[in-house]
Amino acid sequence: MLKRYNISQDIIVLAILLFIAPFFFQNDFIYEIAIVSLLNALICVGLNMLMGYAGQVSLGHGAFAGLGGYIAVILSSNYGISPLFSIFIAIVTMAIFAFIISKPILKLRGHYLAMATLGVGIIISIVLNVEDELTGGSDGMSVDSFSVFGYEFTDSLQWYILCAVLLIFTIWMFKNLINSPFGRVLKSIEGSQKAANSVGINVSHYKSVVFVISVVIATLAGSLYAFFSGFISPSEASFSHSIELVVMVVLGGLGRVYGAIIGAVILTILPQLLTSFEDYQTLIYGAIIIFVMMFMPKGIASLFDDIKRRLFAQNK
Amino acid sequence: MVIGLSSNKPMNELFGFLLSGITVGFIYALVGIGFTVIYNSSGIINFSQGEFVMAGGMSTVFLLKAGLPLGVSFILAIMITSIIGIVLYKLISYSKDSSQISLIILTLGFAIFLRGLAEVVFDKELHTMPSFVGDGSFDMLGTVLTYQSIVIMVVSIVIVVLLYFFFKKTKTGQAMKAASINVDAARLMGINIKKVLMINFALSAAIAAIGGVLLTPITSTNYEVGIMLGLKGFAAAIIGGLSNPFGAVVGGLVLGVLESLIAGYVSSEYKDAVAFVVLLAILFFMPGGIFGNTKAQRV
Repeated sequence: MLKRYNISQDIIVLAILLFIAPFFFQNDFIYEIAIVSLLNALICVGLNMLMGYAGQVSLGHGAFAGLGGYIAVILSSNYGISPLFSIFIAIVTMAIFAFIISKPILKLRGHYLAMATLGVGIIISIVLNVEDELTGGSDGMSVDSFSVFGYEFTDSLQWYILCAVLLIFTIWMFKNLINSPFGRVLKSIEGSQKAANSVGINVSHYKSVVFVISVVIATLAGSLYAFFSGFISPSEASFSHSIELVVMVVLGGLGRVYGAIIGAVILTILPQLLTSFEDYQTLIYGAIIIFVMMFMPKGIASLFDDIKRRLFAQNK
Repeated sequence: MVIGLSSNKPMNELFGFLLSGITVGFIYALVGIGFTVIYNSSGIINFSQGEFVMAGGMSTVFLLKAGLPLGVSFILAIMITSIIGIVLYKLISYSKDSSQISLIILTLGFAIFLRGLAEVVFDKELHTMPSFVGDGSFDMLGTVLTYQSIVIMVVSIVIVVLLYFFFKKTKTGQAMKAASINVDAARLMGINIKKVLMINFALSAAIAAIGGVLLTPITSTNYEVGIMLGLKGFAAAIIGGLSNPFGAVVGGLVLGVLESLIAGYVSSEYKDAVAFVVLLAILFFMPGGIFGNTKAQRV
């Protein structure tokens, strides 16, 4: 059965780890960090597909997640649409939005997507700040509780399970996609766009599809985060949040399925650990990013490779 | 056609908006030049550029507070920022991987680090400093022009002219230009690429710092002021084609004037969005920028 659905060993290991973890969570605060880590990891899996496999950087995914969250929240709070359906509408809207902006941009080579997403992202965050009648402005707005078909999500454990299941499902889809003809096309694009083009691959179309998928995942995670925290503010959509997400992916390991998760978890926990340093928090945070990029440019996931290689080298 | 520009809005108001737009535009231009100088030589988009502006302004403020005269503070602040630029170059040159994505992330990390450093070394407060030439102003075309605005315009123009002759006439400038056209060929001609890159980083930091010092008397500064300035300078650089320092000057001026007109006639709340709307329009319709000599390649 495992073979038939393409469930590889590492997904089972991840599922077991995620299952065991809550036994060590002593309080709601730790649950909260865990849930935020999972949601960030979710965005990063999609972003990693775009950056690591299609070779395109997005500096606007924080804004896409934030805007998606706002759409879902406004629909459910102001118009009484059920949370699940609101999220669905948000996803469809953001997918169309992403498709429209990606079309002209992805025809260009180089970091044009990065520049365009940077621009779009900042415009989104300005609009969310200014249109305060709809969004509550910089103070943000409170969000009704989340329910699916009448089943209310109130407890941290419920949220944790929901997010963990979503993450495992997304990774399963991601791995299947990467090993499918679609994934091989992506790898060929990353290797050489010209070569891919010459064998008849419509490069910009494939890049658009990946971009849309990554925005859809970001929207889902962004809306769930809003419903989970019961509050949404424009800071979710800020430039620095977008940067944080990119750093998570690169820090964990570009183009590595589990790298994105490692990066997301570490960078979600790190600021919490650094709060005891108070004034030095930003300084240390920056220094760590510099250090990792200088000495572990392949990301933290590459450390595990080294360990693995040493272990297996002894066996052989 | 500017919306709302009807006969009841007097002409001198328009001149006022134009002048203040040009003033701020020169600052964007200086930041934008910094982006192009580094991008040309290394292919790196340096996201610490805005923090160089902040470092220049904040250092001057605190050196002044320490009792140093203005001229000395000004020069010291530029030197400090240039050294910060060289430090960034050293970090980049010692990093194990030279893929563009990781180097860009490195500059983002460096920007966060500098912001953190400013919080610790200086503080989180807003600071301002007196104008270099007194708070006076005079009437021009029916509108007020402050002395500080004139200083900004004159100094910026001088910098741009100096830069032009530097690239055109001096050996170092020619070497830098050669390295930006073809690194390997330049190296074969005996140009010390590492030295060229280091000068580029120092130069672009110094220009950004000058922008920071010039701007502080008008807008005041704090440790976070670099984020928006850096992004707007980046937009200015892209409007000018990203590889052309003088294109960035035009880009900066266009941005400054548009921003000021939109703030004056349409909506002051959306003033900050102008730069990014223009950025997107350029990317969509003329991806090489207004003056891009290298056309963006279509796949």
